Amino acid sequence: MTDVPVLQVDDLNTSFLLTAGEVKALRDVSLTVHRGEILGLVGESGSGKSITGFSINGLLSPPGQVMSGSIRLHGDEITGLGSEQMRRLRGNRIAMVFQDPMMTLNPVLKIGHQMRDALRAHMRIGDREVRARSLAALHEVGIPSPEDRLLAYPHQLSGGMRQRVAVAIALLHEPDLVIADEPTTALDVTIQGQILSLVQRLCRDRGTALIWITHDLAVVAGIADRIAVMYAGRIVEEGTVDDVLDRPAHPYTRGLIDSVPSRGQRGRRLQQIPGRMPALTDLPEGCSFRPRCPRAADACAQPQPMRDLGARRVRCCRPLTEALA
Amino acid sequence: MTEFIVRRLLQALLVLAVMTVLVFFGVNVVGNPVYIFASSECDQPCINAIVKDLGLDRPIWEQYWVFIGNMLQGDLGNSFTHGVPAMSLIWERLPATLELAFCALVIALVVGLPLGTLAGLRPHHWTSRVIMAFSMIAFSVPVFWIGLIMIIVFSVSLGWMPAVGRGDTVEVFGAELSFLTLDGLHHLAMPATTLSLIMMAMVIRLTRAGMREVLFSDYIKFARANGIRERRVLGVHVMRNILIPIVTVLGMEFGGVIAFAVVVESIFSWPGVGKMLIDAIAVLDRPLIVAYLIFVVIMFVTLNLLVDVLYSLLDPRVRLGGNSG
Repeated sequence: MTDVPVLQVDDLNTSFLLTAGEVKALRDVSLTVHRGEILGLVGESGSGKSITGFSINGLLSPPGQVMSGSIRLHGDEITGLGSEQMRRLRGNRIAMVFQDPMMTLNPVLKIGHQMRDALRAHMRIGDREVRARSLAALHEVGIPSPEDRLLAYPHQLSGGMRQRVAVAIALLHEPDLVIADEPTTALDVTIQGQILSLVQRLCRDRGTALIWITHDLAVVAGIADRIAVMYAGRIVEEGTVDDVLDRPAHPYTRGLIDSVPSRGQRGRRLQQIPGRMPALTDLPEGCSFRPRCPRAADACAQPQPMRDLGARRVRCCRPLTEALA
Repeated sequence: MTEFIVRRLLQALLVLAVMTVLVFFGVNVVGNPVYIFASSECDQPCINAIVKDLGLDRPIWEQYWVFIGNMLQGDLGNSFTHGVPAMSLIWERLPATLELAFCALVIALVVGLPLGTLAGLRPHHWTSRVIMAFSMIAFSVPVFWIGLIMIIVFSVSLGWMPAVGRGDTVEVFGAELSFLTLDGLHHLAMPATTLSLIMMAMVIRLTRAGMREVLFSDYIKFARANGIRERRVLGVHVMRNILIPIVTVLGMEFGGVIAFAVVVESIFSWPGVGKMLIDAIAVLDRPLIVAYLIFVVIMFVTLNLLVDVLYSLLDPRVRLGGNSG
């Protein structure tokens, strides 16, 4: 593995500039993903997971805007690139898979048409080549009789099939980085497992770096190498899956893990995190989790820098002690 | 699909039957057409002879049955003033009206689609506000007023445009057409533009509304995330979805355009069926009025049927809903 990470994001700040004022959706987000590595980006709705994805591939919808920070792809800065240069990266080197397979494919265009457009966006190839590549891609994601599927409209496929098609389209150009924005959330559990292992296998085989955005800790535990936990636009904890899930250092991560029902605790009351995530327009001073945190103290009102705790990083001045041991 | 078409045809026949009753009795209570035929020295016996000759002495329900019987044989009666079959007059004048209406439709689409797209892309930009204000005005200002103002400005003051007639025509399959000659186009420009304004306003508003909806859909985000060029995203991926409601409304509206052609043709002395109707009403030429109205009803019904078929071609979900599901 080379030292230059596929993706390195440093101190990324993204805001929505509304007439009412600036809403800071991301604050000082830093991420690194290496070749063949799978990073799970975890958080509640509105924590900024999807915004992180769209900031990276340059598809923030206005008035969203990257305010500062650096995003490097194989060491090359991409924050300052023009729209045509960004377009050349999208689908080609950075691909994205979305949450709802019912909504990600255009309802009025045939699968073959959508694959052709995606292929021709980055290469000048003839119809024969387009067909060959499309068929190969569909075959690879395990779609039976791909010849027929090319002529099908999305509504003629099941949800799982559609997500396979979306994955096939995203991987057409063998991208360096795939951002998967909750691609299994809308699927049945059995299909979820299939898509999960499919994406995992394809990325491992090709050495593709993968950011898997989800709110489902079980999914992350199964697929990711490392986890970054987001809260209110900030990454609050980052480390290997085993470290973070077994010995969480941030009280929020702890709360998140405790709110997942598990077989070992049948019949017991679930732990919940009291309250809810504050509005981005109305964040408390210092640690954003402070009002809901059982361990909050006066020091938490101070700005919280990222602290290195061995192999992991935590944005907390009073991390859970067992993690340090 | 067949069952659907048969049901629609039966509905159409019912509509037609009701309309013949309304039209026939409606026209027969207005005025007395006998005086058109009677010269000033025609005395009472002479008038009685005309009444008997036209069949107006018989009870109205009997006149109606004769009318229906003739209609079923394709005979809508002879025009009182021209002395030839009313339908042949309509067929003779129809190409001029259809030409005008089609040109108006083309202008409405060619101008309306880009303007609506622009307004949908940047809804808060000043150009969008100007476009929307224009569409509002085009909707609200009466067609006859716009036509008159155009004549005053472009024909009377500036002298650029001819105010009346069709100009040079070319015969194609027995129909005289203006748009194939330069002089004809010159004559066609003002009436066609006037007639297109309401449709254009509708196209603009529908396109804009469609853009606002489709642009934020996941499948457009996915298309962009695949690096597909913006031109193609808008021109194919967005447009194909937007065209569905536009085709529906325009198809329905096209009948209305032919109805509005009555006004425009009168103002610009365009020798189409609309002008013919106005002239027929002025002299109480009952058979011609009735024939025209029946003709319009048939046209509306046919258009609606066509729209349904076209709709199913554009939207594959409609097409398959009928037989398989």
